[in-house]
Amino acid sequence: MKADPRGVLTGTHFIDGDHACCEGALAAGARFAAGYPITPSTEVVERFASRVPTVGGSFIQMEDELAASIALQGGVWGGAKAFTVTSGPGFSLMMEHIGYAVMTETPCVFVDVQRGGPSTGLPTLPAQADMMQARWGSHGDYEIIALCPNSPQECFDLTIQAFNFSEEFRVPVMFMMDEVVGHMTEKVVIPPADQIEVVPRKHTHKSIGDYLPYATNGDMVPEMAHAGEGFRFHVTGLTHDERGYPNMTPATQDKLVKRLQNKIRSAADRICLFEEDGLDQADVVVVSYGITSRVAQRAIDVARDRGLRVGKLRLITAWPFPDKKIAELAASVKAFVVPELNLGQMVREVERAAGGKARTFAVPHAGGGVHNPEEILNAIVEASRC
Amino acid sequence: MAKGRVSIVVERCKACGFCVEFCPTHVLALSSAFNSKGYHPPHVVHPEKCSGCDLCGMYCPDFAIYGTKAAEARKAAAEKTVGGEK
Amino acid sequence: MLNVLQDETLNPVEPFLRTDRMPHIWCPGCGIGTTVNSFARALIESRVDLDSLALVSGIGCTGRVAGYVKLDSFHTTHGRAIPFATGLKMANPKLNVVVYSGDGDLSAIGGNHLIHAARRNMDLKVICVNNLIYAMTGGQTAPTTPGHATTSTNPYGTFEPAFNLPALVDAAGAVYVARWTTFHVRQLARSISEAFAKKGFSFIEVISPCPTLYQRRNKMGDGLDTMKYYKEKSKLKNGAPTGEVGLTLDGEIAVGKFVDRDRPDYQTMMRAQYVEALGERYIEVSGEAEPEMECTCG
Repeated sequence: MKADPRGVLTGTHFIDGDHACCEGALAAGARFAAGYPITPSTEVVERFASRVPTVGGSFIQMEDELAASIALQGGVWGGAKAFTVTSGPGFSLMMEHIGYAVMTETPCVFVDVQRGGPSTGLPTLPAQADMMQARWGSHGDYEIIALCPNSPQECFDLTIQAFNFSEEFRVPVMFMMDEVVGHMTEKVVIPPADQIEVVPRKHTHKSIGDYLPYATNGDMVPEMAHAGEGFRFHVTGLTHDERGYPNMTPATQDKLVKRLQNKIRSAADRICLFEEDGLDQADVVVVSYGITSRVAQRAIDVARDRGLRVGKLRLITAWPFPDKKIAELAASVKAFVVPELNLGQMVREVERAAGGKARTFAVPHAGGGVHNPEEILNAIVEASRC
Repeated sequence: MAKGRVSIVVERCKACGFCVEFCPTHVLALSSAFNSKGYHPPHVVHPEKCSGCDLCGMYCPDFAIYGTKAAEARKAAAEKTVGGEK
Repeated sequence: MLNVLQDETLNPVEPFLRTDRMPHIWCPGCGIGTTVNSFARALIESRVDLDSLALVSGIGCTGRVAGYVKLDSFHTTHGRAIPFATGLKMANPKLNVVVYSGDGDLSAIGGNHLIHAARRNMDLKVICVNNLIYAMTGGQTAPTTPGHATTSTNPYGTFEPAFNLPALVDAAGAVYVARWTTFHVRQLARSISEAFAKKGFSFIEVISPCPTLYQRRNKMGDGLDTMKYYKEKSKLKNGAPTGEVGLTLDGEIAVGKFVDRDRPDYQTMMRAQYVEALGERYIEVSGEAEPEMECTCG
């Protein structure tokens, strides 16, 4: 369905990634956010606080990230599309509730504007070092979806995509920005509402007597109901059966946790978004995401000018990881070069998926700034020689 | 004729003794019978003293007993004796 | 002779229970089930629309209440029932939201959320079953465990001062504060009804036995002994200054309604502020499902 025009600020704007993310959320239909201030993310909710009372929603600044990350889920079960925004230290605090959203299949978006870590680290400077945390930060076996924008325009477009995935799969989506993308100001075009596709809540059509909150009808995603509609359903973070009742047996665990995993994995082809260029005939493929992809572009261009056959694979979806794509490429390329603003996170996934058929060259960076394109170029040159 | 009657859901009882203690007219006592979990549920020893006040029901943590006023009990559907003596 | 009648439809509490999950897991002599009876009575007496009632609990023995009541119910994470409830209420202001949780859940890990919700005067009705212990996990010290009690993490006896919960929430801004014990079944039901009639943050503490852990380790008998103990030790002190109602190991238990005042709840204040600042531009949260929230597929 089309976006609600009340939330769509149609026009051409000159705004930063944080602000664009807020507009993306509003365009996607988000009408509730619970937040806690943390640099460099706070502007997202500051803008939301100012915009949302004029579009029929609300915002509350909670007392900590533990509260924010669960209040937004209360908002979802109360009927709204909801999200929160944070950075490293807050993301760490939110991990338990990300797990709760996975277990209860609460559709929602967690925005992490990554900054230098670990701990308090570099509040005002970029990193991409929460990528593994986005995937594995909570306890237990689970899958999430993570998207990485590389521009303010993408902060708008992909936030809508994040909400759409969250509603379709009833899963929390991690929106992995970084401080540079969040604070860089660029042109952002917001189209008219009727050109924006939004996925509505998968609300049940069953009658009150027939509805089972965690039963699936053919696909792997149950239909949802909201509090206050008379369904009298129960939601718990304990391992539960189709009635939503706690059922703590290995059999129920197996069935539930595997379904939570498979509902994402089985749709990986659709969820794994990426941008590719020059992959045919490539000797070396540069795999990057977020702000690093823009620096890498420079290195790729220079390398191509020198006659090297360099392909580009920009990950838009970081999780689930595009195993198939990498495995496919590994069969025909010599090497992957993986620059990232961390000391080696997504490169491990590339290496794993390549299965030894191609070499992997990491281009790490401890964070605090972006790569010098030279570093990436040098890695490309070295990779070409192998 | 008693003003009220007590109904007991035998299988829910955990024999905590609240109902026996707090019945204002001492209608109940713990029986020597067992339910399937091995607890001794209460039984009515002075039915004529029951006022149907439902204090037993208010106190019961297991939702295993309740009192009703006689007039309502008469309006209820056909009596069933289920569970029986064990 | 057993007088057994399976005519459960006449039990006033029965329509509120998920009967397919009975019998529940609470121990013999535990008082949580007793509080649920009072809660059910209050719902009947105050004629609350059950379809617009949501019950949120945390983790612990009392947290299991959410799973046993036939309402829209949410068993959330440890300590976080109150912020979840806040989110529910923000998204759908028409909901009547009850938080039903234990003393450890609400005042230890959940302490920060407790005081902020009270400060905000969030329209939530909080029922805090206080068994003076962390029961579910095996009887550890809670912030409410009185001094010189024996627990599994204070095997030589507690020595920390305990929270006086009524004083804490009173100081934080709650508009309705009461304490009863599981002996006071009718008074508790009445307090819960009064809380439903009020807008703002209501907090009702119910002292309850944990015969398996707290009472057993402290040689205080079983559930029934504890109920008689409550009857003996309780002193009705309506309107008492909350600073004076702290509990000790074997001292008096002050019960009653301590605070009942009026001040605008969070959403009333929010609305007033937005109306003043934005006038016509302010669009209130309707709580109605928006057209886009209805699935149009298939």
